[in-house]
This record gives sequence, structure tokens and C-alpha cells, in this order.
Amino acid sequence: MNRFADLLDMLAFTPSRNAKLRLLQDFFRTVPDPERGYALAAIARDLDIPAVKPAQLRELISARMDPELFGYSYDYVGDLAETIALAWPQKGEALAGRNDMPGLSEVVETLIASSRRDGPRLVEDWLDRLDPPGRYALLKLVTGGFRMGLSGRLIKQSLAAFGEVDVNEIEELWHGLAPPYTELFAWLEGSGDKPVNAAAAPFRPVMLSHAIDDKDFEKLDPKDFTAEWKWDGIRVQATSERGISRLYTRTGDDISATFPDLVDAIGFDGALDGELLVARATEGGLETGSFSDLQQRLNRKKVSAKQLRDFPAFFRAYDLLQEGDEDLRPRPFVERRQRLEAFVSGLDPARFDCSQLLSFESWDDLAALRANPPFAVIEGVMIKRKAAPYLPGRPKGEWFKWKRDPFLIDAVLMYAQRGHGKRSGFYSDYTFGVWREPGELVPVGKAYFGFTDDELIEIDKYVRNNTIERFGPVRSVRAGAEKGLVFEIAFEGINRSSRHKSGVAMRFPRISRLRWDKPPAEADRLETLERMIDGTE
Amino acid sequence: MATRPEDLLIPRREGLYCPPGDFFIDPVRNVDRALITHGHADHARAGHDHVLATPQTLDIMAIRYGADHARETQAAGFGETVRIKDVTVRFHPAGHVLGSAQIAVEWKDLRIVASGDYKPRPDPTCATFEPVPCDVFITEATFALPVFRHPDAMDEITRLLRSVSRNPERAHLVGVYSLGKAQRVIRLIRDAGYHQPLYLHGALQKLCDYYESQGIALGDLRPATVDAGAKGDFAGAIVLGPPSAFGDKWARRFPDPLVSFASGWMQVRARARQRGVELPLVISDHADWDELADTIQTVGPGEVWVTHGREEALVRWCAMQGIPARPLHLVGYEDEGD
Repeated sequence: MNRFADLLDMLAFTPSRNAKLRLLQDFFRTVPDPERGYALAAIARDLDIPAVKPAQLRELISARMDPELFGYSYDYVGDLAETIALAWPQKGEALAGRNDMPGLSEVVETLIASSRRDGPRLVEDWLDRLDPPGRYALLKLVTGGFRMGLSGRLIKQSLAAFGEVDVNEIEELWHGLAPPYTELFAWLEGSGDKPVNAAAAPFRPVMLSHAIDDKDFEKLDPKDFTAEWKWDGIRVQATSERGISRLYTRTGDDISATFPDLVDAIGFDGALDGELLVARATEGGLETGSFSDLQQRLNRKKVSAKQLRDFPAFFRAYDLLQEGDEDLRPRPFVERRQRLEAFVSGLDPARFDCSQLLSFESWDDLAALRANPPFAVIEGVMIKRKAAPYLPGRPKGEWFKWKRDPFLIDAVLMYAQRGHGKRSGFYSDYTFGVWREPGELVPVGKAYFGFTDDELIEIDKYVRNNTIERFGPVRSVRAGAEKGLVFEIAFEGINRSSRHKSGVAMRFPRISRLRWDKPPAEADRLETLERMIDGTE
Repeated sequence: MATRPEDLLIPRREGLYCPPGDFFIDPVRNVDRALITHGHADHARAGHDHVLATPQTLDIMAIRYGADHARETQAAGFGETVRIKDVTVRFHPAGHVLGSAQIAVEWKDLRIVASGDYKPRPDPTCATFEPVPCDVFITEATFALPVFRHPDAMDEITRLLRSVSRNPERAHLVGVYSLGKAQRVIRLIRDAGYHQPLYLHGALQKLCDYYESQGIALGDLRPATVDAGAKGDFAGAIVLGPPSAFGDKWARRFPDPLVSFASGWMQVRARARQRGVELPLVISDHADWDELADTIQTVGPGEVWVTHGREEALVRWCAMQGIPARPLHLVGYEDEGD
């Protein structure tokens, strides 16, 4: 358990992505089967232990220590597993030199094989034999509460780097594998064959596009390309095989449980690439919701009937990857597109449609379309080479995204926070605001990139010389009509938000220019932002 | 009529006051006569008229505030009896930092021990805590929750050294308070067999020099100045500084700094993460939960007064043991000073 506890600690406190990748690879290299596989399953949240419920953990600790003292402790620490791990009063002597600490494999295998009645008794015995980091790891394991900022993609990349294989190979295999992944590790270490994906409805790694550059157009002949709207939802894959239907994100996370309405409507045998949106079928046709409508449905474990009714999930298809037994990915886009149109015509129109192709002769035609999209939930156009096969990853020269120009506002720097890692020692995270009333700035967003290293040094100097208050790592910066630093902020979208004091929330804000020249009084007003929302609704 | 402890020591705005001796213990404002338990800034302030403390605490105050920090100073060695009006006082080692003392105050048939900040476990950089039997024991409660169980400090140092060898391209910045923690951590690093130069932020230098002069060898210490080397030269090095310096321009001179912090607060993960600490080291100069309980049982006082920290938990524990206890509401002592 100690190696696993160490890994958790290091992952939790290491801010850098590359360092996390290294930690995971080292772990896979040095820890044997099946332990490394169980650890992988735990951090990938792929481990289903018939749960020991948090209420039972509370009972265990209440039997060991005064509930009032536990209450004070829990209030202070704020995390049940951590409080119990630290405060657990051990029976018997100190742990030093003992060799009966349970290992991760023993814990997982025993728990999986035992009844819910035995669970708490087992946990109690292990808590007595573990040290505090081991207890923490055990408690998080049984409650399944790992939250440590590790994406599924990062975990798969660490496996790919460990085995020196392409990450897409891991993505394709992943859903057919089960803990402790002995076959997978054997293959990655070169001592076994590549596992055959036995799972129905596997994920197929997604094809991505490059942002187009003005000078790219000169090299591209419009006749070789098709174009379609770029919808502002989330990119997903709907796939079904042998009666099993699944919905995946573009990184291969299975989100079927969050969208039962859509998954139930998958009556086909094949794999579709498309955009997940909220859309309602009305008499006047289909009405597509905004990204903030879609947000009502994202990241939920359980969906209420009201959400299902008010924000119905909808799939706008871009591509057909598989039809029945036939893998269409090697075929050119235009051919897949024809098959797609025929395929989608047989599906429930309240849940599925086909992304519309745009007709254009020249790039100027397309520019005119892009400048005037028919719906606010369109964020630009996609340009696809007619001859391109469906290639995983981001191949060059095949697909391009041409996003609409970002929104721009001028805002005033209000608070600055110190950064981490390479930016530690610099005030690099900024909260900016706009005027609600003359003399009253209201914060509307945060930005932490978009500037050069040299500009960072200048902003940092400004923050230090104009600090009016400090709250831990945050400084409040002088911001008035006369004195203050104005940022030009670029962002992709704007919505109403009841969670923000200003009532607005921006998507993807970043600093596009420093306006040292501009008096803060001339920065934008909140009304301007509200009008932008009205304009997009 | 029996003597009441409240007649001997009572909290006032300035600090803990002794009416029959007309003095304060660790006052937070300027007073005529102050008895100081140890040199940390929230206990030892400049500007009192008369200060009584151990010789080392007086030296430390002079280093921090200048020799003229008080009009008059008087040194009391450990175990020495000093008479102040009707009261006798004696200083006993508290094991917190160099020079730190508990103050036993006696009057008529009553003895109260004001223990200041204390730590019962051995520390190579200061005299070991000595339990003093008494009628009333005044205890701190900085880490008075059952979640605070400080691990062996040497194990934490081992973790630091392991991280240094695992990250040879990075500079380890270890946050330590300048009095006590810095020197203890350095001494432990040396005891762990690491004898390469350690680099110091300027704020630590004088007190490290003072510890050396008191016979506590700290090895090769160098200033962490840019003159000492170009940025890359700090790769693989251990740099010690006050934690406040790490957010400052000062920290920019180090290659891909790995921020560490040696403090009892590092026990709680959220605390470490809020501070952006990548390598939390649980090293404290205060008693942990078990040590507070053991100390109270060893001292065996008739009554316990609990001050600065999580008073309610320790008062609750005393009640469960049948020991009369109450919180002593003193203001002005910092929660964070570990």
C-alpha cells in the first residue's frame, strides 16, 4: 500500500504535467503486476469496489474515538478520508519494522471478493495495520474519491510513453481492458502480444484539425475541399455494436451515463463522429440551444427528468467511421459523407441530424458565410479535404478550423495572483473587471495567458508597485478611473451566469494586448457585455 | 482562605499578568516588566522597560531588535530562582527553540507553570523539555487536534533528500522560519549525512551564525545570492528561506524551483496545496496531540489552562480525563508560527 500511497501523494502535490507523466512511468516500471494494474485502475477511476459507504467509515471512527473530538477534527481538515486517516487511533504497538501492512493487491482482491457486510470489518483491520498515508490511500480507494487533476488522456499518455507506443493504440484498446491489465502491461513491456479488443462498441481515436492561417489559403484550392459549420458543443463519438451503445468524448471518456436520452436513441450498428448539442424539435423545425444550455447537462452523474425535458441532448453528425462490420475510415471523406447522409436519414430526427455542407466556390465566398452564421451557437467553419481518409490525431493539411473572430473588450486589472512552477515568483494570474457604474468596477473574468515573457515581467512589476491590499497569494491592484492597467481581452463566447457577481461568464478569455496607453476610465462597461449576450441569444 | 490561581496570573489585554509580582509573561504590548519565554516575534517584542529571560533569548532579542530593545535586561539561567516582589520565578527548558523556557511562578502555596510554546521530543538544537510539577499548567494548543501527529522529523528529512537526488535539475526551496526551524532542519540534514553546501536567504544568516556560536554546528552555509552562481548553479541545491520569500522576486534566480515547507501545518493536504507547496515536510517545533496529552498526564497539574490554538479540543480531552481545564483567552499570538 505504501508505494501506492507515495504515488498518490506525489501526484497530488506535483503541479507539472510532464512530471506527472514521469512519475506514472516510473511507477509502471518499478512496481510489479498486479499491483501496478490496480493502481492504474484506481487513478483512472476504473475500479468498482462494492463500496464501503462513508456512513460506515464514520461508524468505525466513532467506535474508536470521542465523536466531539472527531467533529472538531473533521471541521478543521474538511475531508472525511483524510481526517480518519490522520486521527485513527491505532490498537497495539507502533508500526516501525512491522511487515504485515496489507498491499494494494491484497486489499483490492479481498474487497472485490467479499460481501458488503464484511467490508467495514476488513477496512478496520487494515486501518490498524497501515500508517497515515497508507490509511488515506485505503480510504480514498474504498470511497472512490480520487480527485487529483489527472485526465484520462494523461494516464493513457503515460502508458504510451512507458511502452513506446502511439497513444491512439491505447485509446482503441482501453475499453476492452479490465484491471489489473496484465495483458496490456505485458504488451507494453514487449513480453506479450498486443491485446485483442474484445469489448463491444470501442472508442475510435478522433481526427482533429489545425487552425487555418491566412497564408494557408493561397496554397489550398477550394475545389479540393468541403466546408461545414463548426458547432459550439462538445465533440463526441456515438457507437453501437452487438446491442451495446456508448457515447465517448474526443479523449475516449465514456459519458453514456450522463446522456441516457441520446444513448437510448442509438438504434444503429456503427460509429458516428459528431457534435453533442442541446436541441429541441419544434413546429418550426429544430431549435439548437446555446453552449450554456449544454452545460446544464455536462459532468452530471445523475440526470433529473427536468433536465432531460428542458435540455434534450442532440447529436449533429460529421462523419461515419464504421457501418456494421465495415470500417470506413480508410475511405475518402466525400465517400464517407455520402454513406453518412444515407445512414443518418434512417435515425430518429429528434436526436440525430447531419451537419450541413456549405456551398462555396472561392475562399471569399466562405469568408462571407463565416462572417454571418445563421445561429449564435456556430463558432466558425470547418474545412475538410475531400480526399482525406479518417486519420487519428491531428494530421497536417487535411482538416482546418476557421473560427470566427473572437470578441474583444477592454477591461481593467483588479487582482493578481502568483503563478506556479516556472512562473512561481511572478504575478501571472489576473482578474479583470469592467465598469458597472462610474467608479465601480465589477470583476468579469480571469486570464493567465496571452502575453509574452517580457510582458509578464512588466505586468508583475506593475502589480508589485501598485498593490493596495494582500490576501495570501493574491494582491489587489490599484484600479480607478485615472490609474490602472487596461487589458484588451479576447474571448470566444459570453453567457449569463448566476454564479458570478457580474452576472456574465466568458468562454476562454485571454489577454490579447496590453493597453498601457489607455486610461482605465475608457475601459468597457458591463452594459456592453450584456449587449453582447443579447446579440448572441 | 485558600489562594486562588486567578490571584497569581490573570489574562489582560497586554498579556498574562501577575498582580503580586507586577509583571507580564510574553506581553503583546509594551509594559514595565516582561518575562519572555522565547524569542519568536509574537512572544518577544521590543520596547519593554525591563525584560527577564534566559541568556539565549536575550541574545536573540538583541540580534533581532538591537541591543537597546529594552531599557534594562536581566538573564535567568535554567533552574535559577529569581525573586520579584512576593513572587519567585524559575525558568525551565521548553524544548521549542534555542533558549526557550517555561516559566514557573510561585507565590504562597501555589505554583503555576506557563509553558509558552513547547515540544517534548528531543531536538539537537536546544535543551530538552523538562516537566515541572505544578498546581496549574498553562499549555499551548497550536496542534491540539487528534489529526496532528507529527512524524519523526528525520523521516521527513529523508524524504527531502530523496527528492533532491530524484530531481537533480531543480533547486529545492525549503521554507523554514528563521528562528529555530531553520537551524533544526539544517542540523537534521547534516545528521542525515548530507554535507554539501546549503544556501541561505539573507534573513536566516544572523540567527544561524548565533546558533553556531552556541556550539550547534551547521556545516557549510552559503548565501543564496546571484553572485554565488548563475541560475544553473543552483540545480540540485537545497536553499533555505522564509516561506514568504518564495513568492517574491528573490525566488526567480533558481532553476525550476521545487517548493517545500517544513511546518506542522503541512500535515493537512489542503494547507499544503493552498500554499503551492510541492514537497510538504511535517516538521514542527510544537507538541503534537499525543505529546500534549502525555505532557499533561506527566506534569499532573490540578488544573489546566489552555491558550492559543484549538483550545476547545484540548479542554474536551481534559474533561474526558477528569482534569479541570478551561480556555485562557489571550490575544495576539499567531496561529501560523510553525
